[in-house]
Amino acid sequence: MKLLTCPINGVRPLSEFVFGGELRDMPEAECSDKEWADYVYNRNGAPGLKKEWWYHSPSGTWFVAERDTLTDNVARTYLYEQEAAK
Amino acid sequence: MPLRLLKYALSKEYKETRFFRENVTPKKSYDAVIIGGGGHGLAAAYYLAKDHGMTDIAVLEKGYLGGGNTGRNTTIVRSNYLTPEGVNFYDASVKIYEGLSEELDINLFYSTRGHFTLAHTESAMRTMRWRAEVNKHVGVDSYVVGPDEISKACPQLDISCSGHAPILGALYHGPGSVARHDAVAWGYARGADRLGVDIFQSTEVTGIDIKGGKVQGVQTSRGYISTPRVLSAVAGFTPRICKMAGIDTPIVIHPLQACVTEPMKPWLDSILVSGSLHVYVSQSSRGELVMGSSLDPYEVHSTRSSLDFVEGLTSHMLDMFPFLSNVKIVRQWGGMADMTPDFSPIMGKTPVEGFYLDAGWGTWGFKATPISGKTMAATIANDMAPDLIKPFRLSRFEEYELTGEKGAASVGH
Repeated sequence: MKLLTCPINGVRPLSEFVFGGELRDMPEAECSDKEWADYVYNRNGAPGLKKEWWYHSPSGTWFVAERDTLTDNVARTYLYEQEAAK
Repeated sequence: MPLRLLKYALSKEYKETRFFRENVTPKKSYDAVIIGGGGHGLAAAYYLAKDHGMTDIAVLEKGYLGGGNTGRNTTIVRSNYLTPEGVNFYDASVKIYEGLSEELDINLFYSTRGHFTLAHTESAMRTMRWRAEVNKHVGVDSYVVGPDEISKACPQLDISCSGHAPILGALYHGPGSVARHDAVAWGYARGADRLGVDIFQSTEVTGIDIKGGKVQGVQTSRGYISTPRVLSAVAGFTPRICKMAGIDTPIVIHPLQACVTEPMKPWLDSILVSGSLHVYVSQSSRGELVMGSSLDPYEVHSTRSSLDFVEGLTSHMLDMFPFLSNVKIVRQWGGMADMTPDFSPIMGKTPVEGFYLDAGWGTWGFKATPISGKTMAATIANDMAPDLIKPFRLSRFEEYELTGEKGAASVGH
């Protein structure tokens, strides 16, 4: 069984989590149609260490995981607010 | 073929000739370089040589021929899609497949079985009716059937699915077929090789040389090759190749897993797909049940397979076929699916002159092998995409003109 660490609930089985995609910055509302399409559709699909949204379903916790998408190793997980406060 | 058999029958030696030349050192330059020696890349090479007279071509394969998704899919060929653009495109592929064994002089074990997409809910029935009408409109043999007709075609199927998810009906698609996937790659490889195409295995592309927005050549593990045209046909490696070319795409890689049982006597004629139970199954010509399920739920660039997958898939298989409880799974594997947001491929030209993309084949690439080869060959030869693949152009995303095929994906990914 694969495990993932929820910043609130600790180590839990992966089946309790939902993948939410890469953490990305939204462009300003006044951006061009092309910039908006780039944000909506294009992804950084190449493998590497990425910041991703993950959701712990039983407790309703959204958090950030830093994960290498080539090896599937999770470097660390934390609440978005915690990092933003720093 | 019979003549060749006779020759071997009368001969004391049984030396079979090699399928294709074993090339080691590429030339310094080629008219076109194809990255990826799977079905799509090899088919493109074959049709470039055959239809367009371009024979000065190198196919570069990082591993071995057909070792990627060509050899990892569940070999289903069908054209019962949802959009007219998709149905037309995949139908053209089915038509080439039907005569392909003859054309390539290799037995592809192409076997037309009939394909049932089972519906367990009213909303699924609605999608089946929708697909049936689009298919009929385009001239493809698909129609909605009830539980009785499904039972008649497959009496072993528990129509109530153990009471969990009773089957209400299905979309029946007569031309649905299975084929031997490796043979498709080998057949195209031999065809291309005979026409003069150079195929290099164990040859990795490490960089793409672009100057002034134009392709100049590729850097490989066997040295630099200069060329004005490069086709990327690398499925799960597309984001890495596109990064070398500086092209952004919506493609994200998710593993897709499959497995086979031990061989059994033939009992399953049809191909069965259940969107709700996340199962597709057919019986191969050597008796194994070939089964697949939905995508792994998050991005990983790996072909590892998991116990979770087999547990989930087999529990649903037993809902459909309780009598299989003693049958063993003998092999499981994974492939890297290059998923697009609209479940349609990305084919044609790119912002880089001379760099062509045949990608975004996600979970639906094998069935499109012949037609993608043919249309990409035409795209490269004329530097213009044929009308058939225009709905799949890369620029459709920035133009907000998607070709939504999610409703026709074999299972709800």
